[in-house]
Amino acid sequence: MMELGFTAILRRDLLLAFRHRGEIANPVLFFFMVVTLIPLGLTPEASRLAEIAPGILWVMALLASLLSVEGMFQSDYRDGTLEQMMILPQPLYLMVLAKILAHWLVTGLPLTLLAPVLGMMLSLPDAGYLPLVLSLLMGTAVLSLMGAIGAALTVALRKGGLLLSLIVMPLYMPVLIFGASTVQRAVDGFPVEGPLAIMGALLAFSLLISPFATSGALRVSMHG
Amino acid sequence: MWHLFHWRWFHRLGSPRWFYQASGKWLPWLSLLAAILLLVGISWGLGFAPQDAKQGNSFRIIYIHVPASFLALAGYYVMAIAGAVGLIWKMKLADMVMKSAAPIGAVLTFVALVTGAIWGKPTWGTYWVWDARITSMLVLLFLYLGVIALQYSYSSQEAASKASAVLSLVGMVNVPIIYKSVDWWYTLHQPATIKFTEAPSMHPDMFQPLLVMILGFYCFYAVALILNTRVEILHRERRTRWVHDLVTAQSNPAQLK
Repeated sequence: MMELGFTAILRRDLLLAFRHRGEIANPVLFFFMVVTLIPLGLTPEASRLAEIAPGILWVMALLASLLSVEGMFQSDYRDGTLEQMMILPQPLYLMVLAKILAHWLVTGLPLTLLAPVLGMMLSLPDAGYLPLVLSLLMGTAVLSLMGAIGAALTVALRKGGLLLSLIVMPLYMPVLIFGASTVQRAVDGFPVEGPLAIMGALLAFSLLISPFATSGALRVSMHG
Repeated sequence: MWHLFHWRWFHRLGSPRWFYQASGKWLPWLSLLAAILLLVGISWGLGFAPQDAKQGNSFRIIYIHVPASFLALAGYYVMAIAGAVGLIWKMKLADMVMKSAAPIGAVLTFVALVTGAIWGKPTWGTYWVWDARITSMLVLLFLYLGVIALQYSYSSQEAASKASAVLSLVGMVNVPIIYKSVDWWYTLHQPATIKFTEAPSMHPDMFQPLLVMILGFYCFYAVALILNTRVEILHRERRTRWVHDLVTAQSNPAQLK
């Protein structure tokens, strides 16, 4: 029964996402566009681009994720689905987890898969690709989890967008630091197991706290 | 029965009216203490403490900078713990304390950042450095601003309190993580030209006034928090009988007789 609720919500959210393909494409498109602007604004020189590529890729992936997180609960809140989910005899924790997983599958995962292509365009050195993909794979999941807290806190507000960024930005900082430095260390020829392990720890930790905080925040948003 | 007696103070705290009346009695003493400590500390620190061997007189800003940073951090915990108490025991007073603590903490964080920048110019030659401590103070400012912004964006006060409590708790869990990650990041990117000139141990002649200032800032923080909370109490209880009586008694004292 519990699994049923989890999979039902996951399937529904994925189906909704595929029916609105434009919305899935948005963060990916944003990521792509912004990375295209970097060489135009800074320098097209390969050696200098390679130097800043790890940081740029991570910062842009973070912004792309931030852009999409606002919509995580919005349509469900507006049409009353969220209310229905909350009165189901199932733990809200699992429902929220299913929604976060669906969000990651349609934003974090495509961003991760696109990152090597953009890395190539920014002439990221060879050693950086695998750490880039691995760190983004875990890191975007942390971004979705942490972003869910902010999205749940601001879902009932009319102009929640800027407030959401203000709330979520400090929570994103550790992921950005460790994610970007994983890639940087790989490029510089250092072992990356350490920062990758910390990324894993951040993921485990945010899996633990985020669904709780998000459920609490959703209850506040719904019932005041 | 004994446990009831034991918890009476806690239940009393749940009553904003009791707190308003009790804090009115504490306030003059606490303000006096804060004023004395701050006056003694600042004149001792600025006028009588010896000059620093390397930094000369510019180090004296430490007597504002360090206490402000202390209270900025401690204030976050005050806010988050008050938020947790409000969330768990549904205590109205705790919600009010949380709301009142946020702007004070934000201002102290801002003061710490600005005094740090002013101190940085003569010492490091630059106003701003992406140093671990400075960066985490900046993040702390963002955390405070997030809580304040959330407080004002809900139309229902209860929802605003709960939402800010959730956010400040999540922030409290994250403060050590953010601090550690920024610290680690800084050691990776350590710039060679800039170094902290802080000595591992201060001379007692310099340290004693600092201690007085820190105590003074704690008392000042308590006074500011109580004053802010009292305003919040009056505002939220404005429809109650006792606030009404209080206001009418104050506006025309003749009625008291």
